[in-house]
Parts: sequence; structure tokens; C-alpha cells
Amino acid sequence: MAIRERLSGNEAVAYAIKQVNPDVMPAFPITPSTEIPQLVASYISNGDIDTEFIPVESEHSAMSATIGASAAGARALTATSSCGMALMWELLYVAASNRLPIVLTLVNRALSGPININCDHSDSMGARDSGWIQIYAENNQEAYDNFLQAYRISEHKDVHLPVMICQDGFITSHALANIELIEDDKVKSFVGEYEPEHYLLNDDENIAIGPYAVSNYYMETKKGQITAMRNAKKVIQEIGKEFGAMSGRSYGLFEEYKLDDADYAFVMIGSAAGTTKDAIDELREQGVKVGLLKIRVFRPFPADEMTAALKNVKGIAIMDRAESFSGQSGPIASELGAALFMAKSEAKVINYIYGLGGRDYTVDNAKDIVTELRDYVEKGTEPEQYKYIGLRSR
Amino acid sequence: MTDSPAKKMTFKDYMDKPERLAPGHRMCAGCGGTIAVRAVLRALHEGDQAVIGNATGCLEVSSFMYPFTAYTDSYIHNAFENAGATMGGVETAYNILKRKGKIKDNYKFITFGGDGGTYDIGFQSLSGAMERNHDMVYVCYDNGAYMNTGIQRSSATPMYADTTTTPVGKESDGKMQNRKDLAAILAAHDIPYVGQSTFISNFNDLHKKAEKAIYTKGAAFLNVMAPCPRGWRYEASEIMEICKLGVETCYWPLFEVDHGQWILNYEPKKKLPIEDFLIKQGRFKHLFKPGNEHLIEEFQAEVDRRWEDLLFRCSR
Repeated sequence: MAIRERLSGNEAVAYAIKQVNPDVMPAFPITPSTEIPQLVASYISNGDIDTEFIPVESEHSAMSATIGASAAGARALTATSSCGMALMWELLYVAASNRLPIVLTLVNRALSGPININCDHSDSMGARDSGWIQIYAENNQEAYDNFLQAYRISEHKDVHLPVMICQDGFITSHALANIELIEDDKVKSFVGEYEPEHYLLNDDENIAIGPYAVSNYYMETKKGQITAMRNAKKVIQEIGKEFGAMSGRSYGLFEEYKLDDADYAFVMIGSAAGTTKDAIDELREQGVKVGLLKIRVFRPFPADEMTAALKNVKGIAIMDRAESFSGQSGPIASELGAALFMAKSEAKVINYIYGLGGRDYTVDNAKDIVTELRDYVEKGTEPEQYKYIGLRSR
Repeated sequence: MTDSPAKKMTFKDYMDKPERLAPGHRMCAGCGGTIAVRAVLRALHEGDQAVIGNATGCLEVSSFMYPFTAYTDSYIHNAFENAGATMGGVETAYNILKRKGKIKDNYKFITFGGDGGTYDIGFQSLSGAMERNHDMVYVCYDNGAYMNTGIQRSSATPMYADTTTTPVGKESDGKMQNRKDLAAILAAHDIPYVGQSTFISNFNDLHKKAEKAIYTKGAAFLNVMAPCPRGWRYEASEIMEICKLGVETCYWPLFEVDHGQWILNYEPKKKLPIEDFLIKQGRFKHLFKPGNEHLIEEFQAEVDRRWEDLLFRCSR
């Protein structure tokens, strides 16, 4: 029987770490992810797990030491947010190109400046091209479930890539919610023992990691990474299904909510999907056919699968909780926009930037968006296709 | 706590040990960096495995150019500024995997960085790793500038050196600041062992310090003056003479700090004037122009001040 609990997102992920009992966790405190290493440190102090915690002097060293530990043959992880991950930036690329199965549990928070501790996705969206798999959660249950699947994905022989498990700062990380935890023995057998193939501390074979690769070799490294990233798409779905067989909660690349017959669709990531679902329920009662495509996996980007799921909708609101400063669109809209074009979609699209630095996103915001989208489709109004919502009125 | 070697080894025994840095790497002829690496790795006891780390720099790009590695041991390079933290992660992984019975062999952890990766950009990572007392050795091969990118000044560059970012000119006498005393800074971390050495006579000083550093439990730091013929502008064959003059002028004293105790390993019978060290090097050529005598006097005064300071620390 699953265990019913009430936990915050941070507590849920820390509990998942406890159940997985990884080998090495270097970490540095940063709001709002600090609780995760704190809780892990107390599990260690109480003798619950035998993970080695390294209290590093910066996030840069957190990722550096995680890379060292993973290269050495240990199951390694770290946790961070925002500027902490920005400080790791260079090493995110190193971890991915070294094909190390590291897990980073990221609590999404706005990047400075101005300094802000609340949620948006500028941190992970900024790292979207670093070669990491990115899996996002809507709530504490998904954050927990995603973490339990992370090593299965990263350590898979067809993947060997680092995985970022993302949840929304404060909204998910700090809010208590009901959760179903899985029994320890089930988690243990689902995650399994880590048996690395090639590693520094292998008694039978010495290896060198992190070479200087000149033009003759560099490009093949990148090709290898993208092949692995493409493989990950299948692996993530298989493991999501297997997880479902164990827990009753299956996972794919994205979630479709009332999307089957929808004329209008939201596409978004993270906790705001919950708010949008409430708006959709209200609008459905009024007879408006609205649905949601909630992206779970942003890397690899499920372009074909998403455009197929959206092929019958007339209007799409692509919701970005991060700027990219292209002046054209946010990161999801630029990628999904390109995918829709390639798929010869004729849907009308508006890209909304919302919730930056923790700005509220409400059910009313979502309903206004549907009104605007309907006017665009039905009346031929020509709204701005890239706009901010929820700004202060002057 | 120090492990002692299995048997008494002679100088010849040491030199006959298999090299752990294979020939065929791409470092310059007469480079001090590889001499330092070979000398340090020679202190590893046979039968002990090692993981060698490396900050980005000449040594890294020349000794591990894909698909060739010059190291017979396992090796990791991560980035320029994080050799300390990276090896800390490796060492921690060893502790837990050993405890879980997943590793049988004994491993030692030695990481190399140039002065750029150690005194400057990697300083925080080094300081953190040393303070956490990982059982590892960080070896700085100090050639006093960013040689890999083309001889830019670092905080290890001595005053008045001509570098490409402190070029000597009508308005400039070269670098304006004194070099950082990194060995003293590491000693102030109160780690179990700090040693400063260079290439002297039969390498006994460096060998002993390397062995102590490797086999002392906890964090150890070695600062090895490793001249660079390109950056210092001397004939490659003169490297041993230059190192000797560095020591005999007291520019580069040989000392160690063993569990807090400062020990002077060598005191010249007659301290040579600093000119003897400077004149061998093209980077100080301008100091010998008429009218620049005061610059050499200032240089000498700084060497004297630091030497006196060291004598004081070692006399306590």
C-alpha cells in the first residue's frame, strides 16, 4: 500500500533521495532549494542513509565535485536554484559532454537581476541548450515521481546523459500538499543498483575523462550527445510506463488535459498548469472547448508528438514563464512555433509571457487568454502575438 | 598519520620505477611542468593506484589530447577553475565506494594546476577543497604566468616581469605588483601538509615532499617552481641552473609546513644577489638597463623581507 503523506515539494524530493540513497551529494545552499540538502544532511546525521554529503563552498564547486564523483563511478547528485545554476553553467556542458548520469534537482527561481527569489523558469530555460534532459513537475507528487525515474533514465545504456528534475520555486517547493509515497522496497527495486561501465575507480581498467578534443573529434562528441538525447525520448516514455505499472501513475513526454476535442489549447510548463486546469473546467461548463498540453519533458523537445496532439486545435496559447529577449517570443514559443510551422499547422498562436519573478497567474488570466484567442480565431482580430500578462497597471 | 614505504629505496630505485607520465605528450622541450609531474608521481608507492586530476592549462591540453592520454593512471580534467573541487568529488566517491566494498585497490588522489588555475581562477575551488580536508594532494606547477594562452600575468608573476599583459614599454617597467605567497596562504588553511620545492640537484627535496604530501592523511598542497622557457625566456638546457639560482638567492626558498610546524629545508651558506637569478631570464632584461638599478634594489628588498619573514616563522 502506498503511504499517504502531506509534504512540500522540497520534502518530497528529499524523501525520494533518501529512498534512492545515492552515493555522493555535493551541494550549496540557495533559496528556495536549500531545504533539500538540509534534509539530506539530517538523514545522514541520523544514520538513515549512507550518502556522502560534501558541503562545498559554491555551486560551481557543487557541480564540479558532482562531476568528479560521477566520473569516479558514484551515483551523484546536487540541488540548486537560479543563480546557483547560473554559476554552474560551464560545468553543465561538461557534465553532458562527458555523458555522466548526474541528477540535478532544480527548484526553479528567477535569475538576477534584480535579485528575486521567486519562481520563473529563466534558470532552466537558460540552460536548455546545455545537453541536459529536463523534466518538469506540476506539483509535489510529480516532483517526487520524476526524481524516482531520473537515474533510470540517466543511467540507461542508450542515454548516459545528466537529468534535471525541475519544480517551481515556493509554489511547489514550499507549499504542503497531499502526496502518495511509494514503499522503500518497491523504490529500491525500481531504481536498482548503479553499475557503471567505465569509471575512474575501476580496479580493472584505467580511463581518462575530459580530453582536449580538436576539430577532428569535437563534432562527433556533439553528434553522440544528440543521438543519446533522441534515444532518451523513447526511454523516458518506457520508464514512465513502468513507473505507472508500479505506482498507478504513468508518465509520458507531456500531459494532455481535455485536449482530445479541444478547439483551443494552452501549452505550458509547471505549477501554473494547475491554475489553467481550473479555468478550463469552468470554461468547459460554459461550452467552450478548451484543453491543455502540459509539457513534462522539454529536453528532448517532443516536437512531433506535440504537433500531432495539437493538430485539430484552432488556437494555441503558448505560455512562457521565461524571457529569451529575442523580441520575438519566449523559449517554448520559439521552439513550438518552429515545430508547428514544420508540421504545416494552421492554428492561430499567441505567446504569453507570464509569472516572471513569482508574479501571480490566476484563473481570470487564463480565461482572458481564451477570450482573446477566440476573438482571434472566430472574429479575425489580430492581437499582438507576443505579449506580457499580469503586469501592474500604471 | 603517515604510511611508510614498504622498503628503503635508493635514488637509483626511484629513477628505475616505471614512468606514470608516458613520453610522447606535446609539452615543450625543457618545460618545468612535466618535470614536476614526473617527479611527484614517482613518489607514489608501487601497487598504489592513483587518480590524476588537472586544471585546464598547457599540461592538460598537451598530455590528454583525444584520443591519446599520457597518463598510465586514471585521469580527469574538468575545467580551468575547479581542479580542487573536482578531485574532492573523486576522493569522496572513493570513500563511499570503498566502504560499500565496490573497490578493492588503494587509490591516491593528486591534481595538478598551473599558477593561473591555482593562484587565480581556481583559488576558491582549491581553498574549499583544502578546508574540507579531502585526502588529496594539490600540486601547483608554478611558472609565474598564464603560459598556455601566451604569457599573461598572474598573481604568481614576480614584480617587474615582462608579460603580454604587463608589457615593458616607455611607461611601464613590467608587472607592478609582488607575487602572492600561495604556500603561506595554504599553510594558513591549517591543512596537514604544505611544501614548497623546485628542481634541485637529485630531486631529493621534491621527492620527499611529494611522498609526504601523498601519504599524509588529509589535504596537502605542493607549490613547485616549474620554469617555462618560453615565458621566462631562457635556453631550455638552463632550467636546472635557474632553479638552483632561485633557491640560492632565496627567491624560492625550500620549506614545508607539517601539521602547523614551519620547517626550513635549506639555507644557502651564502645568499646570492637576486641579479644572479634575474639576469638569466629575458623577462627581466629591462631591469639591467642603465638607470633601472633601483628596480633591482626594490626586488632585492622584497626577497629579503620575505626571507626574513620565513626565517622567523621557521624559528618558532
